[in-house]
Amino acid sequence: MLKMAAKRMLIALVGVVIVTFLLTRALPGDPAAYFAGPAATKAAIEQIRVKLGLDKPLYVQFVRYVGDLARGDLGNSLTTGQPVANEIKTRLPASAELTLLGLVVAVSIAVPLGILAATRPNSMIDHLCRVIATAGVSLPVFFTGLILVYVFYYLIGWAPAPLGRLDVFFSPPPHVTGFYLIDSLIAGDGEVFAASLKQLVLPALTLGIFALAPIARMTRASMLAVLASDYVRTARASGLSPMTVVVTYAFRNAMLPVVTTLGMVFSFLLGANVLVEKVFAWPGIGSFAVEALIASDFAPLQGFVLTMAVMYVALNLLIDVLYGIIDPRVRIEA
Amino acid sequence: MTQAVPLLDIADLTVEFSTRRGVVRAVEHVDVRVGKGETVGIVGESGSGKSVTSYAVMRILDRAGRIVEGAVRFTGVDVRAASEEEMRDLRGREMSMIFQNPRAALNPIRKVGRQIEDVLKQHSQAGSFALTDKAIEMLDQVRIARPRERYHAYPFELSGGMCQRVVIALALACRPQLLIADEPTTGLDVTTQKTVMDLIVELTRERGMSTILITHDLGLAATYCDRVVVMEKGRVVETAPAREIFTAPSHPYTRKLMRATPRPGASLRDLVPEGDVGLRPGQGASSVCSLPRVRGRGGEGVAENAPSSLAPPPCPSPASGGGDDVAPPFVVRGAMPASSSARTDSAARSHANGGAPLLLVEKLVKEYPRKRLGEGLAKILAPKPAPEPESFRAVDGISFTVARGESVGLVGESGCGKSTTSTMIMRLIDKSDGVIMFDGEDIGAIPAKNFAKLPLRRRIQMVFQDPTDSLNPRFTAARAIADPILRLGAAKGRGEVRARCEALAAQVGLPLPLLDRFPHQLSGGQKARVGIARAIALSPDLVVLDEPTAALDVSVQALVLNLLQDLKESLGMSYLFVSHDLNVVRLLCDRVIVMRAGRIVEQGSTADVLNSPQAQYTRDLLAAVPHPTFA
Repeated sequence: MLKMAAKRMLIALVGVVIVTFLLTRALPGDPAAYFAGPAATKAAIEQIRVKLGLDKPLYVQFVRYVGDLARGDLGNSLTTGQPVANEIKTRLPASAELTLLGLVVAVSIAVPLGILAATRPNSMIDHLCRVIATAGVSLPVFFTGLILVYVFYYLIGWAPAPLGRLDVFFSPPPHVTGFYLIDSLIAGDGEVFAASLKQLVLPALTLGIFALAPIARMTRASMLAVLASDYVRTARASGLSPMTVVVTYAFRNAMLPVVTTLGMVFSFLLGANVLVEKVFAWPGIGSFAVEALIASDFAPLQGFVLTMAVMYVALNLLIDVLYGIIDPRVRIEA
Repeated sequence: MTQAVPLLDIADLTVEFSTRRGVVRAVEHVDVRVGKGETVGIVGESGSGKSVTSYAVMRILDRAGRIVEGAVRFTGVDVRAASEEEMRDLRGREMSMIFQNPRAALNPIRKVGRQIEDVLKQHSQAGSFALTDKAIEMLDQVRIARPRERYHAYPFELSGGMCQRVVIALALACRPQLLIADEPTTGLDVTTQKTVMDLIVELTRERGMSTILITHDLGLAATYCDRVVVMEKGRVVETAPAREIFTAPSHPYTRKLMRATPRPGASLRDLVPEGDVGLRPGQGASSVCSLPRVRGRGGEGVAENAPSSLAPPPCPSPASGGGDDVAPPFVVRGAMPASSSARTDSAARSHANGGAPLLLVEKLVKEYPRKRLGEGLAKILAPKPAPEPESFRAVDGISFTVARGESVGLVGESGCGKSTTSTMIMRLIDKSDGVIMFDGEDIGAIPAKNFAKLPLRRRIQMVFQDPTDSLNPRFTAARAIADPILRLGAAKGRGEVRARCEALAAQVGLPLPLLDRFPHQLSGGQKARVGIARAIALSPDLVVLDEPTAALDVSVQALVLNLLQDLKESLGMSYLFVSHDLNVVRLLCDRVIVMRAGRIVEQGSTADVLNSPQAQYTRDLLAAVPHPTFA
């Protein structure tokens, strides 16, 4: 199964490389003209074009691009002159840390809520689940983000200023994974850990509230279906305790659609990130891509799309593997 | 059996379900007693409340269900008053249950051995280190070969019969005193049914257990029970020792059920109460509505709450003319000028003997490629034993004919290739090898995907096994019947199509007002009629009937079988009747073909094959059918 998944992954990546390359070339605007500045002469622009290799036919550019990729070179940003790979290396962990934490927040609230709602239909908790889920989807992230900042930073003052990953008085922990929480633990620096966690709480909560709704609804729905199944009846008729029935018999079976939803929600979150990153001045990959897009800076954009694609593919692979672990039937079919 | 201290005493039990349409009484004033070591059968048709009664005993009713009256006493414990904790201790340890559809009754993603362990652990029957051994011992006791290996199997890796053994192991693991078996063998093959039932009897006798056998099959109840309780619409109508109830049934409903049960020596016409107007269904909607099955077959709900659950009420349409006071199947017969059925039968047969056969199948083969598992890592994740041959022959070189006006039964157990054969003849899938000649044309050579467009399509039609699943839930009955007419028929325009639908409905005894209902608003028997009307809409020459009555109650089955016979006689069709029920085949078919593992074991006239079978396999099949001694 893994071999086949790896093969699928490889095919997907080849496709992604080709598509991102073509897409960025198809963008409107002339990077050479942009790079040369408004006062540049035609000759200067042409010179830059030659320097960037943009005068060559498309396939030559593509071969060069793939060659660079193979060496881990994503090109340089036209605006900053920095290697794109470096930028992504520092910014991706920032985004990933935020998104993962947001997802953890969402799952740890939504799944128990969904289970409780399903085991007690039409109870208070069921109604609460519905209200929270509806509120979660209907409020846009920048709005929840601003409200949270207003309440917890401005009014109550529990949260630190929403200005990036770490308070200015601290210096980031030595780079190992790029996740400040993990790196600070590795460095054994409790203060930095606490400081970065403080910075993370509000944006992660914002993302979590957004992501909560679909997970809670899906958990509730699939739990309800599974609780009505024959094997849950068998389990109850065998006198198993409610805990065993709900967890071992019902929840594990109900997890399959939940896992699928998780994968989709994670993808949404990566997109929703851009707004949250803007609100909390988070130096993430989303804001980086938006800036590059506005500047018609194709190298960072290409790098961004490629990174995202790799993450999606990896995520899907992970979900396939999870499926196989949860459901023995999938192992055969795959 | 001393009746002094029964193990289980159900007294005056009434169960209500609150539904969207108000409160429904599923069980009303039911009294059942089960003595120590006794086997009691609860017999009734769907909606009779037999399952609900047993759920009430275990107190595992749905949230909507409630015991409103009466008492259930189990070894002196008042089940109604017991706390949830007390009940949990009783369930599985003192009384346990086995279910219909064993595959669904097991957790699909947990190893079967672990599921047995769960029960043992819950009732602390073994120390945690001994759990596995005990579970394997249980698997061994229910005669599962290689129990140590099967311990690690998932339900989907086991056959239906094996799954039922696992469920039995699960139920008996803690040596309970009472076993409730709710339709334990419905959906299993006859031979599997026999082994499973014999196993249950042996194990419960060994342990001195009492058993409640819930079934719709009178033969099964008569064979295996000491006493039988007959239920109808939530009430007990008769309780008597098994021998008595089947030799001298006192209640009319029991008599009707017995009459409707296909059995050796009875003819098709014997199954329905001729002129027994008092029993005509649809009269006097009782206060007890038959409840939609609590679980299991879905979608039969709404219509069951309507007054008619067994058969449609007499249709007031002009199409049926003077047949108003006769139950629908007789409408058809009344409309037929033909004489007695016996004469028509023989007429059909003599006609069948002359001329070329309608359908000729020769050396038909269907091969499926074996699914090969992905190499390497797949083997680690899903260990699978034994390398298997490259391809699998579902149908392995069979030859037979069907003459005009003839009914041929195709009999065998699940997996024997009978459905594959019928699907190939229907030209829904392509053959691998061999010849299918239909009325002189080599239809086997026409690719299946092209066949649907040919005019030949209208000459071969099919009635499907599941009357619910084979109807589009978004189509009304009329639309479903009109479907083939619109696609291939000659009728043009709304009026003409509608007229044809109404004529067909009258022919199959479907009351005209029901034509505008959706499948979920119809009962099982009514849906079966819609399926039959659809199949005969284009006046086909050959109808393939794929277990058309397997999902129906016996009394409905009796009506539908008679309807099929009438239609065959009046329309001169040939039937290929696919079934695993030998008693039904005996009634409807002129000739029988017995299949096993893709090959024909035996074929010949029904009387010859079923009365003096030549092949050992046929004898085994016949021996496995429970033979009650009916009067």
